Amino acid sequence: MNAKNNNVDQLIEQYKTLPGGLLPLLHAIKHALGYIPESTVGSIAKGFNLSRAEVHGVISFYHDFNTQPVGHHRVQICRAEACQSMGSRQIESHAKQSLGIEYGETTSDGMVTLEPVYCLGNCACSPSIRINDDIYARVDKSRFDQLISELNMPELDKVETSS
Amino acid sequence: MTAQVFIPKDTTAVALGADGLALKMAQNIESRSLDAEVQRNGSRGMFWLEPMVEVKTESSRIAFGPVNASDIESVLDAIDDHLAGKSIDHSLYLGEVEKIDYLAKQQRLTFKRAGVGDPICLSQYQGLSGFKGLAKAISMTGQEIVDEIKNSGLRGRGGAAFPAGIKWQTVLDTPGEQKYIVCNADEGDSGTFADRLLMESDPYQLIEGMTIAGLAVGANQGYIYLRSEYPFAHKILNDAIKRATEAGFLGSNICESGKDFFLEVRLGAGAYICGEETSLLESLEGKRGMVRAKPPLPAIEGLFGKPTVVNNVLTLGAAATILEQGSDSYKDFGMGRSRGTLAVQLAGNVKQGGLIELAFGTTLREVVEGFGCGTHSGRPVRAIQMGGPLGAFLPESQWDTPLDYESFAEIKAMIGHGGIVVFDDTADMAAQARFAMEFCVVESCGKCTPCRIGATRGVEVIDRIVGDQDRDNNLILLHELCDTMELGSLCAMGGMTPFPVRSALTYFEEDFGINSRRDH
Ligand SMILES: Cc1cc2nc3c(=O)[nH]c(=O)nc-3n(C[C@H](O)[C@H](O)[C@H](O)COP(=O)(O)O)c2cc1C
Ligand code: SF4
Ligand code: FES
Repeated sequence: MNAKNNNVDQLIEQYKTLPGGLLPLLHAIKHALGYIPESTVGSIAKGFNLSRAEVHGVISFYHDFNTQPVGHHRVQICRAEACQSMGSRQIESHAKQSLGIEYGETTSDGMVTLEPVYCLGNCACSPSIRINDDIYARVDKSRFDQLISELNMPELDKVETSS
Repeated sequence: MTAQVFIPKDTTAVALGADGLALKMAQNIESRSLDAEVQRNGSRGMFWLEPMVEVKTESSRIAFGPVNASDIESVLDAIDDHLAGKSIDHSLYLGEVEKIDYLAKQQRLTFKRAGVGDPICLSQYQGLSGFKGLAKAISMTGQEIVDEIKNSGLRGRGGAAFPAGIKWQTVLDTPGEQKYIVCNADEGDSGTFADRLLMESDPYQLIEGMTIAGLAVGANQGYIYLRSEYPFAHKILNDAIKRATEAGFLGSNICESGKDFFLEVRLGAGAYICGEETSLLESLEGKRGMVRAKPPLPAIEGLFGKPTVVNNVLTLGAAATILEQGSDSYKDFGMGRSRGTLAVQLAGNVKQGGLIELAFGTTLREVVEGFGCGTHSGRPVRAIQMGGPLGAFLPESQWDTPLDYESFAEIKAMIGHGGIVVFDDTADMAAQARFAMEFCVVESCGKCTPCRIGATRGVEVIDRIVGDQDRDNNLILLHELCDTMELGSLCAMGGMTPFPVRSALTYFEEDFGINSRRDH
């Protein structure tokens, strides 16, 4: 936890003089830790000369900023209209059922966090999903299952590449 | 010469497997010792053909698509034949790229370079008339640049269609040491991807347009507010800004003009409302994206309280084209008060989805039938939603409306950012109306009660109508709720969510259980 907070303190130093630097900072913290821990709110507030409530207010306004840890892979299903017209509602219920979780939840093995997203700009080849920074087009149930089955635990990746 | 084999690196092409394809293609070319090399280009926006492979030789540029990994061998056989001067016989062969009907029928101005070459290669950009508009702008006064934009008739492409020249004039006329150019790249509407395509396939055009805007109004700092749902556009914009800065097109003393223009990309954080310009400015300032009351206009008190131009990606891109080709030639395109070209984005349940740039004035039907060739499912088209989640659902009787801002306003619909979402006859329009309310619940900034609370009530009331609980009274309630939202909301989020809801009710009432036994 201390190492984490040191890291965050450095980031605060780096972003506090940037005009409108709070969002870039929150993105950077999320990038480094996967979430924005409650414990960082105090030092963010101090660094940016804001009240804790103000910082809380900003974090809670944006869908991207989660305050709880998430799984190793973020799987987002597009819920917007173009994807709906191509059957995304079925993908959505299939995903929830096969993973056994609702939106905002993480599988018990810590592998996948499921989230809704409203358009990925891939609407000519819907339905679309995003896994981490990769986007997939024309996803149906079996393609979804295949993509999920290909996901690795990061530790396993490391073992593979170092051997 | 060595033949160039182009494989696009844009989000949709990659989402359909273009990266893996490019890798395998390069390996197979090597093992066959073919005189060809793989290059990554942007996309032409003919997304139903992606991954589309183009082969460029001295005399021609031909295409195949959609190409999957399993087609590589046979496509390479065909390329082999082609390079040997033989004719091509392949089921995926599309002929000369520029002659593909879908592309040949368009009037490409803003997207003329998309897919032609490597998006971040500066010399290719310059070779295709890039930075010519900027060179002209540098030799003009701010007022002269603004006059060009005014004369072109260019209206904002983000949705509200406000005349760009008038906005620029206001910023030019407002005194201030510090002014800003903000590009709205939040592109939140479902069914839209034109901003993304431009940023991924021709990012320098946006950079050029923003720099021209900076010169016009006297702003030396620009921000691109990009939605976080576009990770690839983010990367490419940052690369392009770096290269343009190194080459002297951005930064201090651009092109030895004595003028500065600095540019930075800022990421949104998954909030649709941050596409609304004042919410966007709040967000850029590091705050909650609460919509501001207008006045003051952002042009007078915008980012950090300074005079600010906020324009959509396509508006700024068009500015570069207008300066390059002249405002008279731009305004030759279009109809009525809608001048120039519209980037139509054809999406949803459609056979041939993609980017279609056309002069204003074509009808919706010509786009959906002529370009789209019907639905992906092969079933009849039932409804079309144009203009994103706040746009009305249009029944067949309205498909002959010409694409022109005023004509659409007359039928209580909107062109918005140009997105068209097609639904086939299995669509449940009551479910779509419910979704419109639900979306408003999720994305409302929370400032006004009719939007924040009204949308939640809206979902419940629609559920009761569909569930046949006191249907008649709940229908009256829904209309009253829509009236309240329309009249009592500060911005179009709450103010226009009733449009899709009411149009679904009016034209597709049987889906709500009303008159369900009526013959039709
Ligand atoms: C709810 C809402 C969402 C909007 N989303 C966007 C958007 O994603 N992109 C955009 O360019 N304009 C969007 N707009 C329009 C902007 O408020 C503004 O009109 C536009 O950025 C001005 O640029 P333009 O004149 O070049 O269109 C939105 C408006 C509203 C009310
Ligand atoms: S209408 Fe909705 S989104 Fe717009 S300002 Fe009001 S509460 Fe915010
Ligand atoms: S609506 Fe799903 S990608 Fe645009």
